[in-house]
Amino acid sequence: MSVLIYTENWDGKFKKLSFELVSYAKEVAKKLNTTVTALSIGNVEETELKKLSIYGANKIITVTNANLSGLNNQAYTSVIAEITVKENASVIAFAHNNTGKAIAPRLSVKLKAGLVTAVVATPITTEPFVIAKKVFTSKAYAKVSIKSSIKILTLLQNAYGLNESPEAFNLETFEPILNESMLKTTVLDVNKISGKILLTDADIVVSGGRGMKGPENWGPIEELASLLGAGTACSRPVSDEGWRSHDEHTGQTGKIIAPTLYIACGISGAIQHLGGVSSSKCIVAINKDPDAPIFEAADYGIVGDVLKVLPDMITAVKELKALS
Amino acid sequence: MKILVCINNVPDTTTKIKFVNNTAFDSNGVQWIINPWDELALTRAIEIKEAQPSEIENITVINVGLAEAEATIRKALAIGADNGIRINYDAKDSFAVAYQLAEYIKKENYDIILCGIESSDYNGANVGGMLSEILEFPSVSSISHLDIKEGKLILKREIDGGQETLSTQLPFVGIVQKGITKEPKIPSMRGIMTARTKQLLVIEAASCESLTDFIEFELPKPKAACKKIDPENVRELVQLLHNEAKVI
Repeated sequence: MSVLIYTENWDGKFKKLSFELVSYAKEVAKKLNTTVTALSIGNVEETELKKLSIYGANKIITVTNANLSGLNNQAYTSVIAEITVKENASVIAFAHNNTGKAIAPRLSVKLKAGLVTAVVATPITTEPFVIAKKVFTSKAYAKVSIKSSIKILTLLQNAYGLNESPEAFNLETFEPILNESMLKTTVLDVNKISGKILLTDADIVVSGGRGMKGPENWGPIEELASLLGAGTACSRPVSDEGWRSHDEHTGQTGKIIAPTLYIACGISGAIQHLGGVSSSKCIVAINKDPDAPIFEAADYGIVGDVLKVLPDMITAVKELKALS
Repeated sequence: MKILVCINNVPDTTTKIKFVNNTAFDSNGVQWIINPWDELALTRAIEIKEAQPSEIENITVINVGLAEAEATIRKALAIGADNGIRINYDAKDSFAVAYQLAEYIKKENYDIILCGIESSDYNGANVGGMLSEILEFPSVSSISHLDIKEGKLILKREIDGGQETLSTQLPFVGIVQKGITKEPKIPSMRGIMTARTKQLLVIEAASCESLTDFIEFELPKPKAACKKIDPENVRELVQLLHNEAKVI
């Protein structure tokens, strides 16, 4: 028995979400009195793989196969299923990102294993296996029991955090069985956005809404974000108007994020927007309307003109940074 | 080509969520809508058909649900789907939904099956992927661009930090997200009139078991009141974030 996790790499490097997943899996493994096996697909150097053991991976399995260079849902599912059987894994966990969302449901069918997605904590009980997840776009929680012997989970990014728990570095390679019938999709071209902090990765997010009045006023949001090492986001009307690109849209139909700090600038906080950000640990709202619903979700609020407040906030953050 | 769009019937996104004995969703007085992501998938399918009528033979919408879902299916017909199907089943989890859909699709020959990436009720993000695995069809998830040129699909999917262009063999399951189209299509008066005469076939469900059980629901605990700071004293906010919340 073991807990198996799929640790994704980007150009040979792991990201925080991979280490967060190992940290999470370690805690689940402790509850089940077992070990963590991390699976890595693609070329990753040993020094990088070794980092997984710092967060508690007891064993690391690498698969390098030319047919797996792009994400192919069918082929990846097959490889992970093979390793599940080989490792006798009872719990399999993914990050709840584009890749996890693509593979976990397929694996669930292949292994006849119940799947619970976007979990934010370890199971409440393991026998029966009961775990909580948010439903109705964060308006409620549900306790879900998984009835099958193998359980699959996806972990909401930033929801759990990092936890070091060093184990000895134990590396294995694995050669999967792949056939033509699994290789029906092909990645033709990759277009990466560089130099920008990914919203789902960001610890701090500065977000703008219609109260910013127009795309020409985004300068202070970007400046504050850059001072704080934050990502930038926006509400749906802003991306629908084309003021900002769609990949910044946070909310029910956009990105669901859980940063440590979310700063909502000129966002009224429609219920659909709150659904995407309510897992943030601390929410700051700046809005001129004292009755805006965002203040019900916020920890700290300023009722005032965001275009006047932001420059003051930039000054205050600069002062703070100068002191520390 | 024949397109099948899977649609879920969900509470309107502004619904105040309540439960009966904390064990079931209280649907009393709830307005139902097409799941927003499914609506985007349907809109995109209709846009392609309108732009290139020769490429698309038919767009069918399918729902797994009870009779109350029919108003939502009719809305999809009003938006522009050619015909609708309801599999008469009260599914307990997404696996059961995917299983019912697959049982129907196996007997038909759709080229493209579209699903929204998740539903706004149980937020699973499961059905599309599960369906593709049961059918052993290729799947592409997080699709933000879909077009057809000379019988071939052009697909783009979102990845963490970018976008990929892909090709796929057919039949395939496409799991779409925001970006696939700008706005959901709103039914026209003519659409609403013609929807009444379009076929809505009800078929009986296959027997199947769920893999998970929703055992209890809970509303989030009320949040502590928001601490208000004077707009003339923004420095205080930054101090609180640093010293009290310890987030910067």
